[in-house]
Amino acid sequence: MTEREETQLELADAELDCVKAQALRAPGLGEHDAQLHEVWKPRKGWVGWLMTGDHKRLGILQIVTAFIFFLLGGLEAMLMRLQLMRAENNLLSADLYNQIFTTHGTTMMFLFAVPIMQGFGIYLVPLMIGTRSIAFPRLAAFAYWTYLAGGIMLYTAFFLGIGPDNGWFSYVPLANSDFSPGKRADYWAQMITLTEISSMATAIQLIATIFKMRAPGMSLNRMPLFVWSILIQSFVVVFAMPAVATASGMLASDRLIQTKFFQIAQNGDAILYQHLFWYFGHPEVYLIFIPALGIVSTIIQTFTGRSIFGYLPLVLSIVSTGFIGFGVWVHHMFATGLPQLSQSFFTAASLVISIPTTVQIYCWIVSLWRGKPRFTTALLWVLGFVQVLVMGGLTGVMLASVPFNTQVHDTYFVVAHFHYVLIGGAVFPLFGGIYYWFPKITGRTLGETLGKWNFWLFLIGFNVTFFPMHILGFIGMPRRVYTYLPQMGWDNLSLTATIGAGILFTSVWLFLINAAKALRRPVLALDNPWHADGLEWATSSPPPVYNYKRLPVVESRDPLWKRTDPMPVLTGLDETKHEVVITSVLDAIPSHREHLPGASPWPFVLAIVVSGGLWVLVYTSYAWWPSLLLIGAIIVAWYYRNSKTERSGAGGF
Amino acid sequence: MKWISPALLLTPRLTLASALGGNQSALNPHGPLASRISELWWYMFAVLTAGYVVTLVILFWALRQGRRGKRPDLIKSRNVVLIWGLAIPGVVFTSVLFYSVLVGQTMSVDPYKNALTIHITGKQWWWQVRYLHGSDVIADTANEIHVPVGVPVKLKLSSTDVIHSFWAPNLSGKMDLIPGRTNETWIRADKEGVWRGACAEFCGVQHAHMAFEVIAEKSDKYYQWLDWQRHPAITPTTDQQRHGLMTFVTGPCGMCHAVRGTTAHGSAGPDLTHLAGRRTIAAGTLPNTRGHLGGWIVNAQGPKPGNYMPRLNMEPEQLDSLLSYLEILK
Repeated sequence: MTEREETQLELADAELDCVKAQALRAPGLGEHDAQLHEVWKPRKGWVGWLMTGDHKRLGILQIVTAFIFFLLGGLEAMLMRLQLMRAENNLLSADLYNQIFTTHGTTMMFLFAVPIMQGFGIYLVPLMIGTRSIAFPRLAAFAYWTYLAGGIMLYTAFFLGIGPDNGWFSYVPLANSDFSPGKRADYWAQMITLTEISSMATAIQLIATIFKMRAPGMSLNRMPLFVWSILIQSFVVVFAMPAVATASGMLASDRLIQTKFFQIAQNGDAILYQHLFWYFGHPEVYLIFIPALGIVSTIIQTFTGRSIFGYLPLVLSIVSTGFIGFGVWVHHMFATGLPQLSQSFFTAASLVISIPTTVQIYCWIVSLWRGKPRFTTALLWVLGFVQVLVMGGLTGVMLASVPFNTQVHDTYFVVAHFHYVLIGGAVFPLFGGIYYWFPKITGRTLGETLGKWNFWLFLIGFNVTFFPMHILGFIGMPRRVYTYLPQMGWDNLSLTATIGAGILFTSVWLFLINAAKALRRPVLALDNPWHADGLEWATSSPPPVYNYKRLPVVESRDPLWKRTDPMPVLTGLDETKHEVVITSVLDAIPSHREHLPGASPWPFVLAIVVSGGLWVLVYTSYAWWPSLLLIGAIIVAWYYRNSKTERSGAGGF
Repeated sequence: MKWISPALLLTPRLTLASALGGNQSALNPHGPLASRISELWWYMFAVLTAGYVVTLVILFWALRQGRRGKRPDLIKSRNVVLIWGLAIPGVVFTSVLFYSVLVGQTMSVDPYKNALTIHITGKQWWWQVRYLHGSDVIADTANEIHVPVGVPVKLKLSSTDVIHSFWAPNLSGKMDLIPGRTNETWIRADKEGVWRGACAEFCGVQHAHMAFEVIAEKSDKYYQWLDWQRHPAITPTTDQQRHGLMTFVTGPCGMCHAVRGTTAHGSAGPDLTHLAGRRTIAAGTLPNTRGHLGGWIVNAQGPKPGNYMPRLNMEPEQLDSLLSYLEILK
């Protein structure tokens, strides 16, 4: 520390101080680094992974797990395409096909899309806002392990041949015990409950982290757009997920302890379930899409080398998408016979929600126009995103129209639409994000040549697969059919779609090869290979366990591009403990230091007991009391150990 | 190159042909609702495709201009976002809203108070179709809806098991059949013909094989059909047919199926009083021929695995006489 000067920040804690230092990362491991490393390092070996509260480890675990589920879901899709490539194909039986499409949908929505976005949030948010950890490391660990348990539960059932077969929405009365005897629907309901617990825990975590742990000076209006998108996503999760957890809980209790929520003969209601499910189900689409918007803005800003145009409209768009997303769910129910007036309201809301997206699209177009685009693979994925998402958005506008919706609802037109929206709106940005942040996470870049093959094959394969499905919907092909009659005339378009799926399959293989090759290369010398301005690039790539040697102080919206040199940093934290600085919600003024708990086995154990309890409940309702007793005991142990390690300040992170 | 030519080169032409035609197509409307919806679709298709093309053109143009160093100032940037991102989409989406509310009114308003009413009940995995006079069932058939051409017909839709959805795209949009509720919709076929429809809500293992046909006929032909449906089944005339009737009522058939005028009163499966007059069996899955019917009776689990009709073991001569009997049930 060569220079030292006061900044204008108000410091509530006398021990906190702002200092200007040459760099956030000193070359070589000095004594200071060794001390920080000692305090924040995880335990060695696999025990360290089981007990870790390190957001980077948990983020990587979650991203990799979600990606594996993406591959599984993709293989299921491939099987379905092979079955449908010609009329009356016998590759899959009706029962197996129904299990596969249910597992495909459930996997992609609950085990891939939401978790991978949250995984990126867990990994990146603390780095982007300049802190050393997320707010509740143990809760984050618990969230990851429950999510993993939910996934294992679904796939155990699937591989045992008792996979859920009622669709990812599991409508009643089809999912009632009368029409779905056996344990399939129970597995689905319990797995939903588990993944929702996980998502909500992560969302609460991210909100607390973003609101209270931003670097001094990073007021809300200086927050990176990706952090904004994760914040809004987390709020949407907090308000949407309880609805589906309620629905899945009611369904499970109908099936397991004979409650009568959805038993038609006992005055239960089938439509109630649909309202609960879609009140979550549509915001679900947006909570997948919203982080992707943040990724797109980040990539465009970096590769145009200029601040994004329209920060304010972009933020307002994300916020309003999050809000209006709660007012459109009935457009999934236009064929249920609801009154015309109420349907018109939802038509209007479903149209209005397109406006924030068109505003954003044009903000990005103008940003590209104003900057000097560098056509890296990451930026190509963003351009592909525009081609695909806009088409999906426009078919979405059509679907908002009640009369038109009643024609194409539950047909392949809708299958085409939501794949354009979800793959376009989430998977394209996600691949862009992976190409973009791969160097941050691993210290190595993915190959650009293979990357471009990966991108172009994906774009072509995607359009060849899904575009023909629009037409299939018009010519009468309903969704979720395991086969069709030869005279229907759907063969050619179906075969085309299957060929496209083969191209997609090849593309994803290329990505895996690319990743495998990259991981075998030595670590880059460069910490910021893209010359990006996000705070996450201020530390080394991959980041040290403690994220930042000195915690940064933010002076502008573009912390690395527009900054005083040397960059100001914060001092005064006790570096012998897991200490972070807590700042105010709006202006990020430091208020106090917070001591975070370290590594602990209890989150993992609790996740095992919660998921094990839900699992045993499928077979006997008496499991509730031993589960509750165990959970209570573990929570006591968790808090007891917590206070002990806090006193000693030891035990790894 | 020979191996790709048949499948791929024909695709565009076949696509166009089948998109415009087909008896299960939303773009080949033959009823007022389907027509209004398809007009609405072509309107949306035109304006939104234009919007799509414009957006991509602006994107590529912007990339090119940017490369040439012709970058917009702040005012111009703002105007692009306000005009193309906000104002124009706003106007277009508002027009879609008004147009679809207008079309929606045609659908929801019930302009025909005393219209002919048909009761359709969804079952796993077939359609029960009943014509009522007061509370008397005057016709009870399955998977076939006979309607007079040019006359609006009200459909009362319900279900006795799970949710199904009624969809005959050439005539109208879909409406769900929900247990515990009765939904109403109406159709009018403007042209004679057979319009095919299918269940559109996933309803279990054989959702894929739950189709039906709407048969639109001239009024006199329709009333002739309806009159005939009131009659009980034809009595057998030959020994073989009589033997077949015995097989039907004493064997497992009569436990699930009814043939009015006999002692078979089962209600789990479709009423077979006028089976031979139907075009298809197994809910639009197979054509109603002697061969298919025989195959269906002995092995219903073959073409439609998981449906509720069990495999039946029958002696060949027993099956033969049963088929001879079923064939006379015009």
